[in-house]
Amino acid sequence: MRNVLPVLTVLCGILVIWYAAAVWMNATWVHDQAERAGVTVTWAEVIPETMAQERPLLPPPHQVAAELWQGITGQAVTSKRSLVYHGYVTFKGTMMGFGLGILTGVLLAMAIVRYRVVEMSVMPWAVISQTIPIVALAPMIIVVSSQMGLTGRDIPKAIIAAYLSFFPVLVSMVKGLRSPDQMQLDLLRTYGAGEWATFVKLRLPASMPYFFASLKVAVAASLVGTIVGELPTGAIEGLGARMLIGSQFGEPLIMWSALFAAAILAGLLIVGVGAVERMVRLRMGVPE
Amino acid sequence: MKDTLSVGAPVIEAKGLNLVFQTADGPVHALKDVNLTINAGEFVSFIGPSGCGKTTFLRAIAALEHPTAGTLTVNGITPDEARRKRAYGYVFQAAGLYPWRTIAGNIRLPLEIMGFSKPDQAERVARVLDLVELSGFANKFPWQLSGGMQQRASIARALAFDADILLMDEPFGALDEIVRDRLNEELLKLWARTGKTIGFVTHSIPEAVYLSTRIVVMSPRPGRITDIIDSPLPRDRPLDIRDSREFIEIAHRVREGLRAGHQDE
Repeated sequence: MRNVLPVLTVLCGILVIWYAAAVWMNATWVHDQAERAGVTVTWAEVIPETMAQERPLLPPPHQVAAELWQGITGQAVTSKRSLVYHGYVTFKGTMMGFGLGILTGVLLAMAIVRYRVVEMSVMPWAVISQTIPIVALAPMIIVVSSQMGLTGRDIPKAIIAAYLSFFPVLVSMVKGLRSPDQMQLDLLRTYGAGEWATFVKLRLPASMPYFFASLKVAVAASLVGTIVGELPTGAIEGLGARMLIGSQFGEPLIMWSALFAAAILAGLLIVGVGAVERMVRLRMGVPE
Repeated sequence: MKDTLSVGAPVIEAKGLNLVFQTADGPVHALKDVNLTINAGEFVSFIGPSGCGKTTFLRAIAALEHPTAGTLTVNGITPDEARRKRAYGYVFQAAGLYPWRTIAGNIRLPLEIMGFSKPDQAERVARVLDLVELSGFANKFPWQLSGGMQQRASIARALAFDADILLMDEPFGALDEIVRDRLNEELLKLWARTGKTIGFVTHSIPEAVYLSTRIVVMSPRPGRITDIIDSPLPRDRPLDIRDSREFIEIAHRVREGLRAGHQDE
């Protein structure tokens, strides 16, 4: 209960500011309408008007909540208007990119820890890769992959998501794989352990805390990457496409509900990663 | 059954051993002209201030360091070859148990790496756990054990693959006096039961005198042997032997040796 109270307080604060901002931003339209009709309106009349517009500048929370609820439960989950459908498309892309990102990050980290020359040659490029804005790169990845005859959005989306998510995994795994101290390495040497045994028995398990810390960052980065991959014109599925449609056709409610669906998805992904982490920690004997 | 009371053939032989580390501040003479023979079944302690080369010598026996001059053999072959033949188990100052493995899992670690069969592993783990009196703790994780119990588990791990030599680098240095006394007593019992050859590095004069059949006193800069003391104490040693006259005399001689090493500087 003590943990819930601060969260609720912040939430209430956000809602108050949000409502106030909605009134302030949407009032302009009400005043314009009134002026065109040649009537004057009082604030008592303006405020209710700002709460239920079809295309508000800033939809108030209850409108977003209603649209979100409608998007999730209002139709069959297979419908093109269902947020569950679009959410699933985004989820699928995120997981593919996440998997690819983990694989890339872990393999690169293994190579870097093993070969000094790889560290010197690859690491700077890995850092530079993260300084390029993904929104600039995403359309290029999509164009190149369609040039290479890859139909559909799945693979370019996964590449974009992996591009963002491999980096935290790489950095953490390099640190994690190097975390065993000299004494632990010496102990294995006294057993005549080879490099592979040292990796499997010591380096890999020792890196797990670092790995899971990076996964939480990586899964969120994957989601962002997938949504960015859904933005460029041509995409018709996914929460990213939904946001773009909302923005292009002047439907703020669609945009905002997709935004919140993405936030919910992000929350679920983090919870999922956390659950896997807890299972692994339990098996590895970490005290609760 | 091996006769555990007799001292056997030479196991570790160092002749004119020198080891120089190249550091940023120039060469450091960690071992200078070390000559020492350790025979089967002996309990040899190395004592001296830090920098005297006692740990370096132990590590050289274990092929963790490589001498720059002189010869060093273990069971008549080079330390590297001896390691491949599983000649020794090594116990470090910290227990160094893997926190993600149970106690049994930790003891199984060398057995897995050396390729023992599954049933053989289980049998050996049970046997060495019994030897260090930790039988009830096989499925506990290291954090559930006290520091002294963790160090016992690490000794069990070093014993699991039946090496004839046990090398111990200040294994009880981080433990308090009371736990240390108990572990010393247990180590002597274990030694009597197994007949291993033990090389033991320590800072503590009473510990060295209580445990050893021979005490090697060393001095720093350059690291060298200044005195080798044969202990006249019987093999069967209750803790209160430390109040006996012989014990105090040996301890005195060790202290003198350490002091003499310091005056040389």
